[in-house]
Amino acid sequence: MIDVKHLSKSFKDNLVLDDISEHIYPGEKVVVIGPSGSGKSTFLRCLNLLETPTAGTITFDGVEITNPKADINAIRRQMGMVFQHFNLFPNMTIRKNITLAPVRAKLMSQAEADEEATALLRRVNLEEKADAYPAQLSGGQKQRIAIVRALAMRPKVLLFDEPTSALDPEMVGEVLEVMKELAREGMTMVVVTHEMGFAREVGTRVLFMDGGKILEQDEPHAFFAHPKEQRTVEFLSKVL
Amino acid sequence: MGRPPFPAPRKGARYAMPTPFTDWLYNFPPVQWFNELGPRFYRAFFEADRWKLYLQGLAVTFEITIAAIVMGLVLGLFVAMVRTAHDQQRPGRRNPLLGFVNLICKVYTTVIRGTPMMVQILIWAFVIFKGERNKVMVGMIGMGVNAGAYISEIIRGGLMSVDPGQAEAGRSLGLSYFDTMRFIIIPQAFKNILPSMGNELVTLFKDTSLVNAIGAAEMTYYANRIGGKTYDFMPPLIGIALIYLFFVVILTWLQGKLERRLGQSDRR
Repeated sequence: MIDVKHLSKSFKDNLVLDDISEHIYPGEKVVVIGPSGSGKSTFLRCLNLLETPTAGTITFDGVEITNPKADINAIRRQMGMVFQHFNLFPNMTIRKNITLAPVRAKLMSQAEADEEATALLRRVNLEEKADAYPAQLSGGQKQRIAIVRALAMRPKVLLFDEPTSALDPEMVGEVLEVMKELAREGMTMVVVTHEMGFAREVGTRVLFMDGGKILEQDEPHAFFAHPKEQRTVEFLSKVL
Repeated sequence: MGRPPFPAPRKGARYAMPTPFTDWLYNFPPVQWFNELGPRFYRAFFEADRWKLYLQGLAVTFEITIAAIVMGLVLGLFVAMVRTAHDQQRPGRRNPLLGFVNLICKVYTTVIRGTPMMVQILIWAFVIFKGERNKVMVGMIGMGVNAGAYISEIIRGGLMSVDPGQAEAGRSLGLSYFDTMRFIIIPQAFKNILPSMGNELVTLFKDTSLVNAIGAAEMTYYANRIGGKTYDFMPPLIGIALIYLFFVVILTWLQGKLERRLGQSDRR
């Protein structure tokens, strides 16, 4: 579904991603872990071109998105993204947050989008917050709304950039619960996270990144039980 | 000065018999000064219907302020958009025309913000529009061009003050650059720039008094002229100072009200 070939990214002289090639298949739940500064967030942000790669190609559903002629907006509509700091639009109600993009992209009329928003909000038990503003919600509620906002575009893949890192510990559970449900429904997901429990339980594949490279990958059970690389063993001993 | 001509004593009015003490009190300078205040203000504002001149001047002051702020907004918005669009281009996809316009905009803001407004107005009137009789219009242009440079920086600062995550969220949903600007960035920036914009409006309103120097007939011009005519500058100048103050207080109050209304979505 997403094919990454020889992807490199550098900021000035700082090489953040070093010649990464990877393929993400439909229905996969890929969990990316690694120490901070390892390039995992940059890797994720390159996938929907929030960062422009310095070299290499990314192909999504047969379209080469790194080609300057590609319609980047049309591609991004099919890739939802959830951010660490939620990035809800504070100047709009929750309903407007969710319906803005589908209506502007002419995927739905305002009425259809409103209906869709209500249905999605019901799924995350936040139906009564439709007319609230983001400032009135807790972190966990905001992140659930952010997920719903991405879902409203009916994306083919969801990218999560440390979705629980900015949350109070007691709110992490409610967000992970929503993500697990999505995973059960077969959504293709790429998740950058520090939640090893989530990686083990939901992931179909774990990538370990360090120094801009994918050092090691395996399905989660084997990955956590028998890490091969010295660096992976070190990292896991610190976080587990 | 003796007894002031105002108020004129009524016919048949009865006065207390002067004593040495009342004579001394009458000639005591602070008392004299207070006694003469009324007549002096009367002369500056009411004699020969002079209040009409102040009103006429005030109208011109407002005209210049409004023309300058409108011109400043148009210029400022354009310059701010060019400069942010230029700075947000993806590396490797730079537009040379945009680069050129950006350079002109940069020179414009640097020159205008780097020279005194007074000098700019004098240059507009006596160098660029030498011989133009309509000094009010020249004043409008001078102040509008000046306001544009400051407003562009206010708007640019406002756009940059919005969390970059907001634009990322908008773009990641597939919204275009312009939709992201229109629905997400500009409404939030607007709230941030409102205080500075209010300040700019107040500054412009007060600085219209500078165009008096090129002979544009706004309020300060008339005050100055009346002061010269009556050989008494204090009443007209203090008078217009109070008028300026009055409108600035009103503008500030309106601005505060608008800000509170726009703060709605921040409430918890």
